[in-house]
Amino acid sequence: MRTLTIILVDGTMFAAVLFLISVGLTLVFGVLRILNVSHGGLYAFGAYLATFLALKLLDLGGSPVLTYSMLLLGPVIVGLIAGPLIERVFLQRVYGRAEAIQLLLTFSIFLILDDLTKLIWGTQPLFVSAPYTLLGEFTIAGIRYSWYTVLLILVSIVFGGALVWAVRGTRLGKIVVAVISDREVSQAIGINVNRIYMVSFTLGAFCAALGGALIAPTIAVVPGFAVDATVLAFAVIAIGGMGSLEGAALGALIVGLLRATAVHLLPEADLVVIYFAMIVVLVVRPQGLFGQVELRRI
Amino acid sequence: MGAWMSWTPLVGAALLVAVPAVLPDWIVFIVALALAKFMAVLAVALFLRAGMVSFGHAMFYAVGAYTVGFGVKWFGLRDIVLLIPLGALLGAAFAALVGLVMARYREVFFAMLNLAFSMMLYGVLLKLYWITAGTDGLSAGLPTFLGYAPSRESLRVFLYYTTLVVTVIVVFGVYRFLASPLGFYLKAMADNEIRIEYSGESVRHVVYVTYVLSGALGGIGGVLAGFTVGHIVPEYSFWIQSGDFVFVALLGGYTSVVGPLVGSIAFEFIRTYASKYFPNEWQMVLGIIMLAIILFRPGGLWAIYEEVVGRFGRRAREAKRA
Amino acid sequence: MPDAQVLKALDVSKSFGMVTAADGITLEIQAGELVGVVGANGSGKTTFLNLVTGYLRPDRGRVLFMGNDCTGVPPRAITKLGIARSFQIPQLYTNLTVLESLLLSLAAEAGEGVAFWRPLYSQARISPGLELLERFGLRPYAHRLASELPEGGRKLLDIALSFALKPKLLLLDEPTSGVSIEDKFQVMDTLMKIVAESRLTTVFVEHDMEVVQRYSRRVLAFDNGRVIADGEPGRVLADPDVRKAVLGRV
Repeated sequence: MRTLTIILVDGTMFAAVLFLISVGLTLVFGVLRILNVSHGGLYAFGAYLATFLALKLLDLGGSPVLTYSMLLLGPVIVGLIAGPLIERVFLQRVYGRAEAIQLLLTFSIFLILDDLTKLIWGTQPLFVSAPYTLLGEFTIAGIRYSWYTVLLILVSIVFGGALVWAVRGTRLGKIVVAVISDREVSQAIGINVNRIYMVSFTLGAFCAALGGALIAPTIAVVPGFAVDATVLAFAVIAIGGMGSLEGAALGALIVGLLRATAVHLLPEADLVVIYFAMIVVLVVRPQGLFGQVELRRI
Repeated sequence: MGAWMSWTPLVGAALLVAVPAVLPDWIVFIVALALAKFMAVLAVALFLRAGMVSFGHAMFYAVGAYTVGFGVKWFGLRDIVLLIPLGALLGAAFAALVGLVMARYREVFFAMLNLAFSMMLYGVLLKLYWITAGTDGLSAGLPTFLGYAPSRESLRVFLYYTTLVVTVIVVFGVYRFLASPLGFYLKAMADNEIRIEYSGESVRHVVYVTYVLSGALGGIGGVLAGFTVGHIVPEYSFWIQSGDFVFVALLGGYTSVVGPLVGSIAFEFIRTYASKYFPNEWQMVLGIIMLAIILFRPGGLWAIYEEVVGRFGRRAREAKRA
Repeated sequence: MPDAQVLKALDVSKSFGMVTAADGITLEIQAGELVGVVGANGSGKTTFLNLVTGYLRPDRGRVLFMGNDCTGVPPRAITKLGIARSFQIPQLYTNLTVLESLLLSLAAEAGEGVAFWRPLYSQARISPGLELLERFGLRPYAHRLASELPEGGRKLLDIALSFALKPKLLLLDEPTSGVSIEDKFQVMDTLMKIVAESRLTTVFVEHDMEVVQRYSRRVLAFDNGRVIADGEPGRVLADPDVRKAVLGRV
């Protein structure tokens, strides 16, 4: 019973983190129909920049409470710079081309981003503990948990809800949905599809960076954790259905709980179990749980 | 241009044969490794023709390498003439299994599912250290060639020429494959899957057969690499290895069989230097080159070569006429 | 005569949400017939072809080919059973040559589509391939890329690729759409001559009433997913209901 509680709690925490990591990826796929392999790189950048800014703030004598603002500022900067830059300068040039080429393009951007973090911040781990330790801890069933992880769960729920509202409730959201369902028709009725693509990609980049920034205080930021995030994010959205926000949430929950189960019952299998779940879901339902099948018109 | 182009393979082959005779040992090592990896690159290139990317073909390369590792460790098998077909077979068998799932997918899913499988294999190789020796790895030791055990000094040369012979056989086989109906269907897939289905042929079948073949290719490369490097570790299945294969296929030009060969040799040299002097910028350089190729010269090195030779040949003809 | 019946559709229906694309289509095609299908845009002509060839599954009804139920059988199997089809927008292998594309169809027909050792350019295939290109007027383009063909040529290649499969029933989706007016009749002349020579049961969907009048021996008129007329070209095309449905005016 105790193990079950631990697994549920841990699983939910993983799920919150996974949702934050994946929602940007599914958003970009939904609008641009491109799998942004550089997603992990943006995630890492967000983590590095936010941590760096928070540490600098503390160095300059700033109050630890203000570090939370850095966790937001970092991703905003990454999103606003990397988003338009990558989309306008690179992605735009491969829109009409084969998907393989688009994948390779985002993959090469990933390689660049990954090394860029090493160049800027070196290979030593970067760690800011203030946001995490400031909130303190509590105990459930004899296990100590941090309030920060609760904050993460809350943030991911609120953020997810905000995104769903933005897509369903706002004018911009409805325009984005129109572009998703039919790009040509949207263009014909006067929607600036190019601008929507850029906005969507920038938002996706921000989400990725935000995910990284929020996770950073719980672990040390090191080179290489970008690729784990990319593959995990892909597993989450593949299971949930690529392009679906609800899918990202459900996928995150499934993967989170699976990972928690593996970590506590069979640690060697923790990575394998996630890939295995992805394969099982895709075999049974190739479009993912909330995904839609597309039929080409002839 | 035709005359120039038909000389190229002969000149290239002659150069490759001459390598151990005129160049130092460490270059022989690099070229041998490049040729071994070329097999896996070829596997990736086959799929690029069909418009698909695999980010996970390192898994077959790893299967081949560990065939050597386990073959030596558990069965005392060191004969390369035996291990190469065995590696090919195991690679093909693994691909036959994974391919059952893989053949249903294209594009994004194909790329990422391959990645997932290869990372699963990596995880298994890493964690089951009591079988695989994890990151410590397995040692390949000294191979024998049909029972003959060469001396340490001549081993490098024997391995090189074995690799060269295998390369020739593989190139011949792949050329025949690409000239067959299946090979053409592979290319046609990138253009129009619907027309293939409406011809009564199964696209899934085309993908499956090619996948099994690519598994065999990867396995052969892994066996050769295992002996050339001498040390077999889980990193053979890591995503970075798969990424390297994809990069070389793009760099060399995946529309030809020779392109990946040229690309692999070029890459191996660059990698040896760059990763020693620029370990933290090496990936970024790869990424930038890849971007440049995608945006400006999608045909890769081979296409550039053809262009240059073409222009040169044209000028030579014009000069003759004048 | 059950032997001569090639295609039979019984109450075939398909809806996409609120849109009824096919509404209880029932018809019979006999061996050797040359049938034209007319109808306005969206009347269900292409949907019908998609349903018969298994690209879409009907919500209701059955499709029988040579007496055997083949409802919902996927395109690959339908083709192997003997139905071949061409497309409104030519479905070509843009990066293969015209000859290579045709050789692939010939290889598929011979059951050698998945051969991976013998060459595509085999002796047994090249001559018939070139001959077929000759009949379709595409011989000069044999070694050019399919993407380099002019519009009429693309159409003809699309049809040739289907014809090469030696089908028992050939379905042509708007063989002259996108073809310039000067070329229209040339394309149809070439086509009909080939079809007549092989006595192939052919159904062609056409927008152009003049083309249908000239080349078909029986006409089916579609409107809103149903067959509203079926008979001799002269009679059907003069029918005011048909003219209203297809042309929007009498």
